[in-house]
Amino acid sequence: MQVYRFEADALNALIATLRERGYKVIAPTPMDGAVVLGEITDAGQLPRGYCDEQEKGVYRLKKTDRDAFFDFNVGPRSPKRYLFPTNHVLWRSRQENGRLEIYSESDDEKPFAFLGIRPCEMKAVAVQDRVLSKGPFADRIYSNRRQKALFIPVDCTRAGKTCFCTSMGGGPEATEGYHLALTEVIDENRHFFLARPGEENSVNLLECMQAVPATAEEIKQGRDLIEKTAACMGREVNTAGVAEMLAEYRDHPHWEEIGKRCMNCTNCTMVCPTCFCFEVEDHNDLTGQNTERTRQWDSCFNLSFTYQHGGSVRHTNKARYRQWLTHKFSAWHDQFGESGCVGCGRCITWCPVGIDVTEEIQMFQEKTS
Amino acid sequence: MITTDVLAPVVATVREIQQETQDTFTLTLETPEPFNFKPGQFNMLYIPGAGEAAVSISGDVTQPHELIHTIREVGNVTRGLVALKPGDQLGVRGPFGRPWPMDVVDGRDVLVIAGGIGLAPLRPAVLALSAKRAEIGRLTVIYGARSPEDMLYAREFLGWKDAFVARATVDTASPSWRGNMGVVTKLISPVDFDPTRVIAMICGPEIMMRFAIRSLSALGVEDDRIFLSMERNMKCAAGICGHCQYGNYFVCKDGPVFDYDQVRKLFGVKEV
Ligand SMILES: Cc1cc2nc3c(=O)[nH]c(=O)nc-3n(C[C@H](O)[C@H](O)[C@H](O)COP(=O)(O)OP(=O)(O)OC[C@H]3O[C@@H](n4cnc5c(N)ncnc54)[C@H](O)[C@@H]3O)c2cc1C
Ligand code: SF4
Ligand code: SF4
Ligand code: FES
Repeated sequence: MQVYRFEADALNALIATLRERGYKVIAPTPMDGAVVLGEITDAGQLPRGYCDEQEKGVYRLKKTDRDAFFDFNVGPRSPKRYLFPTNHVLWRSRQENGRLEIYSESDDEKPFAFLGIRPCEMKAVAVQDRVLSKGPFADRIYSNRRQKALFIPVDCTRAGKTCFCTSMGGGPEATEGYHLALTEVIDENRHFFLARPGEENSVNLLECMQAVPATAEEIKQGRDLIEKTAACMGREVNTAGVAEMLAEYRDHPHWEEIGKRCMNCTNCTMVCPTCFCFEVEDHNDLTGQNTERTRQWDSCFNLSFTYQHGGSVRHTNKARYRQWLTHKFSAWHDQFGESGCVGCGRCITWCPVGIDVTEEIQMFQEKTS
Repeated sequence: MITTDVLAPVVATVREIQQETQDTFTLTLETPEPFNFKPGQFNMLYIPGAGEAAVSISGDVTQPHELIHTIREVGNVTRGLVALKPGDQLGVRGPFGRPWPMDVVDGRDVLVIAGGIGLAPLRPAVLALSAKRAEIGRLTVIYGARSPEDMLYAREFLGWKDAFVARATVDTASPSWRGNMGVVTKLISPVDFDPTRVIAMICGPEIMMRFAIRSLSALGVEDDRIFLSMERNMKCAAGICGHCQYGNYFVCKDGPVFDYDQVRKLFGVKEV
């Protein structure tokens, strides 16, 4: 496959072209002390010269002395915020003179172009695809948005301390689903991007950036950066036998021990790019005739999640944590043929009490071996 | 591009509502199109402003022009459902879920065990089994209710007694009750079926299903011939909201009917 190169300055032309073609460009941008995804209109809104520091329960954004656009890892938001929006109207109903009408409106959101999302986020989209659009029933909103979206991920050339994508097959190089995959290369003399058009590349985006075929030397520079990144992952999980182990040890006392630390705050599920659970709510107007049904992200950590008349099935912290971890690393394999975790590390960074999935899995491995 | 929306109900109209017991009612609905389903499947019923509830289809599969649901009033949505009057409209989406194993019953004895409202999802199976009695072995229906007044489909049950073995038992009754008293498992008897070949279908409170399974296992009925219908919180019924998860299953799409071999391990664990 031909690899191309374009100068770093050309990002603006790319953004302008995407906008001209009718896309809303969603890219990382610094906001409130974190790099988050948001709509941008100009390359100046990218987090140029920023890097993040992540650890258990820690996230800090810092200025660097480099000019790189993509020197950070993942922030709390992921594409699911756009493809699977929370607080979104599913349909409306109207009651008049004993007649009921129910109608779902077409989603008039512009197509999204995701620029600068990470390989693990690409992978997470593929994971959500299998849940939300490839099962016996497809979610209308997700499927439509997903189908219209354009993906221009940037490979990771630096690994965060909570990252473990190499363990989960999520990165650090984009390998599937993209239209154009970029690698950022920066040194004392040069600042350019390598670009790999994906199989799905139906749009000719390379022209606007005056991309030219990359030289073997340039390609090697990019490869070296990715390989270096893969070699310095902050964390790792030995996934061998994990699915079977978690399914087997549902009664293990270690669940109790985690249950004492976990506050069931739901942070981990909200930031997780693959978590898909939702709740629905009805909103009535004052006449009581018009109802709007909305969908909100839900979490298996909520007590109400398993409510049935008489009480909740999973009424202890321990049972809810067990549900979450076991779903991600075990049940997901049975349900969708792969892990529900892509190794992005968000749940580790954003857990207020510093619970680390990689450590908990290792604890189970040690205690059950 | 997906145009159909699995989360949006279609509108149905109430044709009839009949009181079964003090807190349970049977709704007969008319839908714009004939409503085809399989015994054991369920619908999501929607009351504007109140919300949706999963309710099994209790009608006869050969009568797709009337959609029948039997509902026990336990909360917000079910209260709205039982308050409906003929001519009222509500939302329906379905049918969802894996049905009772009607494809493996030919030539075998069938044992149906129901507790309380658990007879509602089993009624279509009983009707279908009764209609094909020539192709199956012996048919036995065992039903446990709190009291004689809490028995569903009471008149129809008398007809079942004439046609095949149908036994009921209650927890409590006034002295005038001449039937059985005590737990439903007491009525399980190998006189009615061949434990080495029988297909058992069970629905009721989890505790009752546990005891029924224990009795059947003791008689030598293998796990993969014992079928049960599970209940969990459901928001979508389409396998996408996550609520109904039960171990590695989604009750809405992998169930609600499971064979015991599939869920034996989970049955032994609390809060799954
Ligand atoms: C497959 C299946 C088949 C069924 N078949 C039948 C049947 O044939 N007949 C029948 O009578 N019943 C049936 N049920 C049970 C029926 O779905 C419930 O009884 C019904 O959902 C109760 O709804 P409710 O609003 O009336 O009760 P409530 O107890 O008021 O509410 C139950 C619902 O409201 C939500 N809710 C209520 N309180 C809270 C809270 N504090 N926090 C968050 N959420 C809350 C829950 O999420 C829950 O889904 C079936 C259930 C399943 C899963
Ligand atoms: S479980 Fe944690 S590490 Fe895995 S994908 Fe979700 S947030 Fe990322
Ligand atoms: S593991 Fe951490 S982030 Fe997740 S619910 Fe528990 S306390 Fe919150
Ligand atoms: S009810 Fe939503 S996944 Fe089963």
